[in-house]
Amino acid sequence: MADPLPFRRDDPTHQPPLHAPSYRSTQGRAPLLAPIRAPITVTEASAPRFDPAHYPTRLDLSRLEGRPALGERIIVAGRLTEEDGRPVANAMIEIWQANAAGRYDHPGDQHDAPLDPNFLGRGRLFTDGNGEYRFETIKPGAYPWGNHHNAWRPNHIHFGVHGAGSAQRLITQMYFPGDPLLALDPIFNTIPNAVARERLVSRFELDLTVPEYALGYRFDIVLRGRDATPFEDGHA
Amino acid sequence: MSTAHQTVGPYWHLLEYEGWDDLLREGGPNAGMEGEAVTLTGRITDGAGAPVTDAQIEIWQADPEGRYDGAFHGFGRARTDEAGRFRFRTVKPGPVPGRGNATQAPHIQLQIFARGLLRHLTTRAYFAGEALNHSDPLLALVPEERRGTLIAKPGAAGEWVLDIRLRGDGETVFLDI
Ligand SMILES: [Fe+2]
Repeated sequence: MADPLPFRRDDPTHQPPLHAPSYRSTQGRAPLLAPIRAPITVTEASAPRFDPAHYPTRLDLSRLEGRPALGERIIVAGRLTEEDGRPVANAMIEIWQANAAGRYDHPGDQHDAPLDPNFLGRGRLFTDGNGEYRFETIKPGAYPWGNHHNAWRPNHIHFGVHGAGSAQRLITQMYFPGDPLLALDPIFNTIPNAVARERLVSRFELDLTVPEYALGYRFDIVLRGRDATPFEDGHA
Repeated sequence: MSTAHQTVGPYWHLLEYEGWDDLLREGGPNAGMEGEAVTLTGRITDGAGAPVTDAQIEIWQADPEGRYDGAFHGFGRARTDEAGRFRFRTVKPGPVPGRGNATQAPHIQLQIFARGLLRHLTTRAYFAGEALNHSDPLLALVPEERRGTLIAKPGAAGEWVLDIRLRGDGETVFLDI
């Protein structure tokens, strides 16, 4: 059996560091020691294949049993690819978010904003054969958090993605264009490279927008690609 | 350029994962599967030794024959409780091919997601007493005095215990994959 190709290593400026003093919770939780660089084996090159029969899809967060959630209905769509542009088909994507008032339907969220009985804020979907996905929801509100005085998270939707290898597992957040809170947000700004940050900001697209119905936002997601150069420590 | 990671935050529990910590659950993808049932459990603690009570842990493992592409669905997800404890019920994986002609000792990959972790952490649980642990290519890369952080110890019947220290004394070995 041929050895699996390793995955490309990210430029460290394109990813957030584990240690970020501006994001207070990192201080007690980020490891102090450097990780051990491990060769890619079948454990990292393979990943679970999810069967929608056991992982049911929920594509429309904007209503619950036919009753509409409060807030601005939006469409979010995009394409999941690897770094070389190859689409990732049949990949499971999970999403979760606050409601239009900036409140999560979660017992831990004590923000004094109303819950919406018609909004659960969670979804699950699978990319199609071209790596494309699409779902409907309502635009999440900003919410305060205790990181520092007058700290507010920008509007965002949490995304969890499973690729073809467990080393490609990705959890990220999608933001919205023109949000004045982005410049002030420690979590967004832990990513050193401005281009990498901007890729987390969705684009408004008139082509995705449905007349008389909802605005459309595009959010493309890129998983680590394979690296054709052999593993440098002689494990190839 | 791949998409940047962002923390899972404190509210990932909104994801539906009912019973996903039991890979052998009734009606689940592995219902009725053969194999030695084991429980993998442990506590996650932070730099102060305090329990991490809001973490998400995912596992990925081979079947008892060491295959990832067989009928067994080797994925699970659990949360930590008020004591920082997680628990999975699964089957014990078999030895898995390594690079070249190497064989890897039986292991379960763990990925840990939590508020305060801007990217998730990856580690492995090996099983104490396995002869193959002595020749495992990954364990060989780990300084001997830290190797124990990757090796689950037998607990009560069928239970394997691996505590995870995110930071500080006895810090778990995390993997850059
Ligand atoms: Fe959030």
